[in-house]
Amino acid sequence: MGSSNPILDEVKPAILKEVDPVDIPRPALVENNRSFSWITDKICGIVEEKTPTWWWVCFIIACAGASFTVMGLVYLVATGTGVWGLANPANWGWAIVNFVFWIGIGHAGTLISAILCLLRQKWRTSINRAAEAMTIFAVVCAGIFPVFHVGRVWMAWFLFPIPNANAIWPNFRSALLWDVFAVSTYGTVSVLFWYVGLIPDLASVRDRAKNKIRQVLYGIFAMGWRGSNRQWSNYEMCYLLLAGLSTPLVLSVHTIVSFDFAISLLPGWHTTIFPPYFVAGAIFSGFGMVLTLMLPLRAIYRLEDLITQYHIDCMTKIILATGTMVGYAYGMEFFIAAYGANDFEIFAFVNRAFGNYAWAYWIMISCNVISPQFFWFKKIRENTALVWIITIFVNIGMWFERFVIAVTTLTRDFVPSSWGYYSPTIIDIFTYLGTFGLFSVLFLLFLRFLPLMAMAEIKVVTPQADPHNH
Amino acid sequence: MANQHGIIAKFDTPAGIMHAAEKVRDAGYKNWDVITPFPIHGMDPAMGIKRSLVGRFTIVGGTIGLTTGMLMIWFTGASELSLPYMDGYKLIVGGKPYFSPQFAFPVSYELTILFSAFASIGGMFILNKLPRHHHPVLKYKDVAASSDDKFFLYIQNEDPQFDGEKTRSFLKNLGPVEVGELEE
Repeated sequence: MGSSNPILDEVKPAILKEVDPVDIPRPALVENNRSFSWITDKICGIVEEKTPTWWWVCFIIACAGASFTVMGLVYLVATGTGVWGLANPANWGWAIVNFVFWIGIGHAGTLISAILCLLRQKWRTSINRAAEAMTIFAVVCAGIFPVFHVGRVWMAWFLFPIPNANAIWPNFRSALLWDVFAVSTYGTVSVLFWYVGLIPDLASVRDRAKNKIRQVLYGIFAMGWRGSNRQWSNYEMCYLLLAGLSTPLVLSVHTIVSFDFAISLLPGWHTTIFPPYFVAGAIFSGFGMVLTLMLPLRAIYRLEDLITQYHIDCMTKIILATGTMVGYAYGMEFFIAAYGANDFEIFAFVNRAFGNYAWAYWIMISCNVISPQFFWFKKIRENTALVWIITIFVNIGMWFERFVIAVTTLTRDFVPSSWGYYSPTIIDIFTYLGTFGLFSVLFLLFLRFLPLMAMAEIKVVTPQADPHNH
Repeated sequence: MANQHGIIAKFDTPAGIMHAAEKVRDAGYKNWDVITPFPIHGMDPAMGIKRSLVGRFTIVGGTIGLTTGMLMIWFTGASELSLPYMDGYKLIVGGKPYFSPQFAFPVSYELTILFSAFASIGGMFILNKLPRHHHPVLKYKDVAASSDDKFFLYIQNEDPQFDGEKTRSFLKNLGPVEVGELEE
């Protein structure tokens, strides 16, 4: 680099007078230099094409799966919560496990849409729509369990402070009530955020509509959006604010979910590490689910130009990081138990690893701590089939994590005479497995009727969208 | 023309529309806008648009949410107030205080976020004057391209500087692909 000062040129000082920033090549977020209209055609095409056969096959299977949840719930309401395998001392079983599992899955959607938006991670644009849809459907599946575990579901409105003839008010000191507010706020704000993101894309689908019904229906939901820059200006501010609101929201929701356990006085639950550890676990499992869903879609719809290897790399690296954090938390729990020198606490953790439920503990460790370590290797990250299989393990592992936490502590409480062994009944199993059917039904409907990716946002990250790029 | 709304020009590239917007701004027009398929970076200063006011709605919503949460928890568990259809009473739980901001915080915090989110979206719709399904721009023959890959700029005839032929030739000089009429 040339300097105008002849003395500096001569002495070549150790500190350079000026430094040109190195041009770091950024990976293309849309490969093959696709045009704006290619993006519109590709994504709207998915909604506009004739319903493919595979969709019907999947939809019917998913409906059949969802019917198991319906049957399980009908039987539960008709008979009573005794049909679940709950018995003293384990009065929390699969219901809380499934609830935390599904809520955790949802968190990656908010992470991608909100936190990555604040951090200006542009790769979020091609996956955020589907991930937010995943969030909403996961919250729906999660909500089933707390609502039905009250037994008399028609009384579930007692959870909210609604004025009633008996003047019964809820107890706001209870973490379970905090959960009611956290999860219902989370569900509502996720829907709002998702919908605001959808508005410009619904307008695109409306403008391309070939028949009147489509035009009117998409038109109504597009709210008369016309892409005027005076509107974009408010829209972008609103989107940024929602991202800024969703970020503390998602962290607080899983913190409050962990309070269900952490503010009790039971050994193994009463730990201050729970909030950060639950949040890391939630993001870990959620990214696992995002990849589980997006990799098949990428292959079916040939979306390789939009979900590139770079996207997969980013997501697998987040799984690796959060999986390792979760592993650290597992280790730290043992350390604190030993260091705290409380006999009950030490027993709770030794019992987790070597007690009656050791099988569940070691499934959890292998799936959550060991399986993501494969993502250190580029070769594995580039093998989509292998990535997909590992993400399945991640989801299995995170379900077992909640199972281990809830069940090991409850079945081995302070009084050995009340110890027991908890097993689910067939109704538990039906109700839980059916929620995957319900989730799939909702996701398939989303694929069919709404644009799978945020077209307007993807267009922004292409090089030709830059007005200074001639 | 009695039913004219304004004059619209179509552009092919983000750079084209941005330079055109800068010139329209500098010419002193007031009632005009650009229609783009995505938000173009730097378009707000190019059009001379000030920072959006959505944030004011958010702060109002958040304040109402926090106050609502705290008052609700105090009213239901610590007050002995009688309101229409509902009475508060002192709720005894484990000898704990009837009210404290600590235990009221998680619920109030969630309500702060909930109310802020509704206020932000409501504010965005109010500022954008949406929903509005019958805007003249939506009747323009080519408008479908504006949500795909084309960029439009229009000047309304309400603009004090608007002068049929002069405005039309002004727009033509900005290098558009074509210039057309917007009907009311």
